[in-house]
Amino acid sequence: MTRLTALAQVSLVLLAGIIGATAILSWHAQIKPVDKANPETFDPALVKRGALLSALGDCSTCHTAPGGKPYAGGMPLPTPFGTIYATNITPDDETGIGTWSLAAFQRAMREGVDREGHQLYPAFPYDHFTQVSDDDNAALFAFLKTRPAVSARAPDNDLPFPLNHRPILAGWNLLFLSKGPFQPNPAQSAEWNRGAYLVEGIGHCGACHSPRNALGAEKRAQAFAGGEAEGWHAFTINAASKSPVPWTVDSLDAYLSAGWHGLHGVARGPMQAVSDNLSQVPAADVHAMAVYVAALMGTPSAQQTTKGDALVAGLPTTGTGSKPQSAGSQTVPLPVTAASDPGAALYANACASCHESGRPVPFGGIKLSLSTSLQAESPRNLIHLIVSGIPANPGLKGPMMPGFGAVLSDQQVAQLATYLRATFSSQPTWTGIESEVAAARKASKLADLAGAPMQIVSTTSR
Amino acid sequence: MMKLNVNGADHSIEADPDTPLLYVLRDDLQMNAAKYGCGLGQCGACTVIVDGEAIFSCITPLMLLEGRKVTTLEGLGTIAKPSPIQQAFMEEQAAQCGYCIAGMMMRAQALLDRNPKPTDDDIRQTLQPHLCRCGTHMRILKAVHRAAELMQSAGKAAPKGAI
Amino acid sequence: MNSPITDVSRRSLLTGTGALIVSFSLAPSASAQAPAAVPDPTANPLTMKVHGSLSVDPYLDSWIKIDASGSVTIFSGKAELGQGISTALLQVAADELGLPMDRLTLVTADTGRTVNEGYTSGSHSMQDSGTAIRIAAAQMRDLLIASAARQLNVPVCELVVSNGTIATKDGTSVAYGALVGTTDLHVQAQPVSNFREQTALKYMNSSVPRLDIPAKVTGGAAYIQDMRLPGMLHARVVRPPSYKAVLKSLDTAAIEKMPGVVKVVRDGRFLAVVAKREFQAIKAMRALAAAAQWSETASLPDQTNLPAFVQASAAKDYKILDQHKESNPGVTRLEARFTRPYQAHGAIGPSCALAQMDKGVVTVWTHTQGVYPDRAAIAGMLRVPPAQVRCIHVPGSGCYGHNGADDAAGDAALIAVAMPGTPIRLQWMREQEHAWEPFGPAMVTEARAALDSTGKIVDWNYSVWSNTHSMRPGGPGALLAAQHMEKSIAPPPPAPLPLPEGGGDRNALPIYAFPNADVMHHFLPDMPVRVSAMRGLGAYMNVFTIESFMDELAHAAKIDPVAFRLAHLDDPRAIDCVKLAADKFGWDKRAKSANGRGTGFAFARYKNLAAYCAIAMEIEIEAETGAIRILRAVAAVDAGQAVNPDGIRNQIEGAILQSASWTLFENVSFDDTRISSIDWSTYPIMRFNSVPMQVDVHVINRPGTPFLGAGEAGQGPTAAVLANAIADATGQRLRELPLTPAKLKGAFRI
Repeated sequence: MTRLTALAQVSLVLLAGIIGATAILSWHAQIKPVDKANPETFDPALVKRGALLSALGDCSTCHTAPGGKPYAGGMPLPTPFGTIYATNITPDDETGIGTWSLAAFQRAMREGVDREGHQLYPAFPYDHFTQVSDDDNAALFAFLKTRPAVSARAPDNDLPFPLNHRPILAGWNLLFLSKGPFQPNPAQSAEWNRGAYLVEGIGHCGACHSPRNALGAEKRAQAFAGGEAEGWHAFTINAASKSPVPWTVDSLDAYLSAGWHGLHGVARGPMQAVSDNLSQVPAADVHAMAVYVAALMGTPSAQQTTKGDALVAGLPTTGTGSKPQSAGSQTVPLPVTAASDPGAALYANACASCHESGRPVPFGGIKLSLSTSLQAESPRNLIHLIVSGIPANPGLKGPMMPGFGAVLSDQQVAQLATYLRATFSSQPTWTGIESEVAAARKASKLADLAGAPMQIVSTTSR
Repeated sequence: MMKLNVNGADHSIEADPDTPLLYVLRDDLQMNAAKYGCGLGQCGACTVIVDGEAIFSCITPLMLLEGRKVTTLEGLGTIAKPSPIQQAFMEEQAAQCGYCIAGMMMRAQALLDRNPKPTDDDIRQTLQPHLCRCGTHMRILKAVHRAAELMQSAGKAAPKGAI
Repeated sequence: MNSPITDVSRRSLLTGTGALIVSFSLAPSASAQAPAAVPDPTANPLTMKVHGSLSVDPYLDSWIKIDASGSVTIFSGKAELGQGISTALLQVAADELGLPMDRLTLVTADTGRTVNEGYTSGSHSMQDSGTAIRIAAAQMRDLLIASAARQLNVPVCELVVSNGTIATKDGTSVAYGALVGTTDLHVQAQPVSNFREQTALKYMNSSVPRLDIPAKVTGGAAYIQDMRLPGMLHARVVRPPSYKAVLKSLDTAAIEKMPGVVKVVRDGRFLAVVAKREFQAIKAMRALAAAAQWSETASLPDQTNLPAFVQASAAKDYKILDQHKESNPGVTRLEARFTRPYQAHGAIGPSCALAQMDKGVVTVWTHTQGVYPDRAAIAGMLRVPPAQVRCIHVPGSGCYGHNGADDAAGDAALIAVAMPGTPIRLQWMREQEHAWEPFGPAMVTEARAALDSTGKIVDWNYSVWSNTHSMRPGGPGALLAAQHMEKSIAPPPPAPLPLPEGGGDRNALPIYAFPNADVMHHFLPDMPVRVSAMRGLGAYMNVFTIESFMDELAHAAKIDPVAFRLAHLDDPRAIDCVKLAADKFGWDKRAKSANGRGTGFAFARYKNLAAYCAIAMEIEIEAETGAIRILRAVAAVDAGQAVNPDGIRNQIEGAILQSASWTLFENVSFDDTRISSIDWSTYPIMRFNSVPMQVDVHVINRPGTPFLGAGEAGQGPTAAVLANAIADATGQRLRELPLTPAKLKGAFRI
C-alpha cells in the first residue's frame, strides 16, 4: 500500500470519526501528576517480575533508540502512514513518566491515553496490552519507575494531516479497540491459557504477525496470517504456516528462547530482539507461548508431515564423525557449472560453500530447503539477508553471514532469488523482486549512512 | 579468461569463476595488502573497495567482478607518495602487527569517500565488521580522524595542484 | 648454502626506509658469519641479568658486523612480532655506535646467522637482546676509537665520533670501515661498558617511528604470508576432527585428479594437499576432508563444571612461599575463589610457513617465536641432525604467545621433504587455527587473608591450580605434524616453568609486603585440552585474582583501594607508578559510583621483576542489558629506560584492549570430543562497539636503568581493574572469567 492511497482511505473513513466521535470520545481527564517515586519504596520482587514482563513485552526494543539509553525513547517506528517516535518511559519528570501514577500507567496500557489525556498512536500496541492484568501492570510500573531517569524528548512524529491530529484516534479506538481483561478459555489447559495471555497480551505477537487493514488495525479475522515489521515480513504463524518442516511445541520453544532451531534457522531482523528478550524470561513462560502458538498452527497435514520428514532425513549428519572443522567450516562446494541459469551460477559460486557445507545451524548456513524465507509470499526477508547479511552479535556467540549487496547488482539479486525460490520451494515465482531489492538497499544504506550512534553490547543469552 | 580492473589497470585473469577475489589479487596479481584472515567474512582483513563500496574479497567470487572497478591499498599510494589515509596511519603509528590494518584502511577510505567528516561514532560503527587482535583500535580511530583532516586540507589545496 | 633463488629474494625485500630488516634473504651473505661456537660458560664472566644475551655468546662480532665499506649489520636472535622490537634494537645500536639509524641493517632470528637467544617471549627482547646489542655497540665503538687513536697517533680523549667517523679536533678523520681491517672485533665483551651519556643519545628515549609501518600501510611485502618463491606450490593440511581421532579410511584417488593438484601427502593421520594455485589447494583440501573417515574418542572435560575438573585433577604441589613473621592478630578474614576458562591467542592471520628441501637441507621460513628450538624440533621430527635444518624468522600476524606458528613450520617441513626441491607455502585455515592452536590454560585460584584492626594484611594464603604454560617445541613431540605422522612422537611430559619467572605461578607471589604468607602452586600434568604459552602466562590470572582480592580487602578494611595498596608496598618505583596512574586519572576526585558507573584500580609488576603497570578505569554498565562501556582507562608504566616511549605506549594500549577482550568475552568452547569454538562467530572477541572511549598511557622513563620488558605488563592489571570497576558499579564481585554481559546484568540483581 502506498502512503498516498493509505492516506486517502484513512482520511475518508476517519472523517466520520473526527466529526462524530472526537468531541465526545476523545476527551480524557488528565490524571493528577504524582511526585517522583523513591525507587527504594518498590518491592524488589515486584521490580524483578516487572523486568521479566518488560522482556516478554519487548518494551526496551521499541522504547530505546539505537545507541540511546534504555527506555528513553526516540526509536523511529516506520508505519505506512509516517514515522512515529517511541516515547521516553523512564521516570524523568519532564520527558518521561516520572509524574505518572499507577492509574495513569494502567490507563495508557488499556486505553492508549497518556497521563495528560492525549490519545496515543496504536504503534504502541495498547490493543494488546489492554489484556494485561492489574498485577502485571503494577509490576511493570514498578520496574519502569526504578530505572534511571533519563532526560530525552522523542522527536515529533512525522505524520501528515489529519493523522497528526491525535483526537481522531478516538474514532480508531471506537472501531478497533476491544478492551477488556484477558478471558481464559476453560476448555484449554492452564498452560495454553498462560501462553494465550502472553502471546495475545503483553507479547503482542499479532502486532507484527497479523496483517493490518487500511487503517492500520490488525485484521482480527486473519490473526497471525503474517504481517510486517520494520521492513521485514513477519511470517504466518497460524494453520497456514509455510515452514517446510512443521513446527512443534518443542521446536517453537527452542527457537523462541535460543533464537534458532536446527530445522528452522535463526531469528533475525526484528525477531532477533524478541528471542533475545525471551532468552531471559522463565522457561515455563516461553514453553506456554510455544504451546499456544503450536495450537494456532494446529496439527500439520499428513502431506506436510511426510514432506518435513523427508527433508529431515536428507540432512547431513552433524556432531562427532561429521565433516566440518577438520578442514574448515566450509566443505565441498557444488561443482562449478557453466550453468545457463545465472542464478544457479551465483548460488554455486557465492553461497554454496556455506549453505551446502553441512555445518549445523546456528553457526553454519542453513540448508535452504529448510528456510521459511523461501516459502513466504514475499521475497523480502531473503533479499534483506542477501543484501545485508547477518552482522556479528557483538561480544556474543552468534551466526554471521556476510552481506552481498555491495557486489551483486539488482539484477543478480533477482536472478539469485528466483533461482532459490524455484529450487528450494514449490511455491509460485515471486513478482516484484526489483522493488524489494531497492527497499532492502535503501534500508542497508540508511543503517550505514545514518551515522546513528553505536548500539553497545545489548543482548544476552541464557 | 576474465577481465579484471584493479587500481585502474585491466588484467586478464584465468581462474575458475568461483575463485575468491582475494586469491586472484594475491596469486595472480602478486599483491600483498588484502590478507587472508578467516575466509568467512567475519574479520575484515581481506577488505578491498569495489565501485566505492568496501567488500570482503575472501568471499567474493571472481564471476561477480566483470566490469567492476577494484581498488586495493596498493592503489591508494606508495611509501614515497602516500595517500592521506596512509600518511595518517604512519603519523599515528597505528599498527602493531598490522595484519588487520590494510582491510581497516580500505573500509575507512570508503567511509571517507562518502562522508568526509565522520564522527567518532560513524567510524566505530563503520569498522564494526573488522577485528584487530593486537588492540590497536584507539590508534586506528585516531588515524581515521587524522586522514579526514588530511583529505580536507588536500582537498583545499587541490586547485593549486598540490595533490 | 648458496641458493639459486637469491635474485628473487632481492626483489622480495621489504622496500621502504633503508634500515628495514632483510627478512627474506634466503642465503647468508658471504660476509655473515655462522654463529660463533658457544664458549665454555664457566669462562664467560657475563651474566644474563647484567649483560643480557652476551652471556650466551660474548663475541662482539656475533652481534654487530661492520664491513670495509662501512655498512653495519646488527644481528639479533629475537624476532619482530609486531611489538616494534626491530626499531628499538636499532635505536640502541645507532646511539652507542654513533651512527645514523639508516646506516644500520638488522638481521633477526635466523639459525644460519644469529645467536641462539631462545624464544622471543616473556617481554625479554629489550632486556636480553637490547642489552647485549647495546654493550656490544659501546665496546665495539671503543675498540674502533682505540684503533683510530693508534692510527692517527692522538690520545683517545681527543677523538670524537660522529656518523661513523672518528675525528680529531683538527679535522683529521677516519671512518669505521677503514678501521675494521686492522681492528680485531672478534673479541669477547668485557664486564663493564662505557655507555654514552644520556644527553648524547639521539634515538634512545625518543619515539622514533617504527620502521616496519610504512610497508604495512602501503601494501608492501611485510609478512611471511606475502613471501613468494619461484616455483612455489601451495599446501593445505587436513587435521583430524578432534585430538584423539583415528583415520579409518581415505581414498585419495579422486583428489589427486583435481585441477592443479600435484600431490596428496599422507603420513599416518597427517594429511595434506599440494596444488599449483592457492584456491586449488583449498578446494582439494575440502575434498580431502570430505573423503576422510575418522573414528573419534571423547576425551575432553565437562565444560559446564570446568573449575571443579581443574581442582580435581591430579596435582604436583609446590610450596613457593612460606613466610612467617611477628604480626598483629587478624580480626577480619576473607576468602574467595577465582576461575578462568581456556582462552585462545586468536591471531588474525592464520599460521603460515614456507619450506624447501634443497641438497639435503630443509630451510623453513616461519613466524615462530624461537628459531633454534623450532629447528631442533623439526630436525627431531625429520630424524636428521639439526645442521640439516635452518629456520629463518619472518614476521607474521601477531601471535601473543605459542600459537600455531611452530606447528605450521613443522607441517611445511614435512610436506617439503615429500617434495624435494620444491618450495612449499602452507597456510592454516581459520578453523584450524582456532581448533588446533594451544590455548591459554584454564585455571583456578583461591585466596584467603586476614586484616588486623588497623586494616593491614597480616596473613595471606594463596593457591593456584594450573597446567603448564609452555609446551613450546623443544622436543619434536610438541609439533602436531610429529604427533600425527605414522611414526608418531608423543608430546614431552610437561614441566612447571621455574621461578622467579614461573608459569602457572607467574605473579602468584604477592608484590605486597605481608608478614605471613603461604603460596601453593598445584601443577597439573594432565592436559586433556592442548595448552601452552599465552601472553602473560599465569600472570593474567594471578594478577586478576590478587588485585581483585586486594580490592575486596580494602573494601572490608574501609580503606580507599589506592591508599590500601600503597600501605602495603615498599618498592619506591611501584609506589611512583601507582601514584602516577592515580594522579593522572584524578582518583581522589573521582565520582561516586551511581547508575551503573564505577571506577577501579589495579597494579602489578610483571613477573615481579619486569615492567611496573598501574591502571585506573571508569566504566558504565547498562543494568538492563549488562552492556559495559569502558569510558576511560589511564595507565602508568615504568619499563626502566624507555628506548622508545611510544612503542611502550602502543604495547600497553594494546594490552589493555586485548586483555579487556579476554576478560569480557572470551571462552574456548568444546563438547566431550571436539573443540567447538572454531571461528569468530563461535569465539567472539572485542569489536569496535566495545572499544574504550579513551585510553591514556603515561610512561615513566628512567634513563640509565636497565630495560624492563613491557609487552605483557598490562594483561593482568586490565582484568583486575575491570572486575574492580564492575564491583564498584554494581556492588557485586565477579570472580569467574569471562565477565560476560549476562553476568554483569545478573550483578545488578534486577
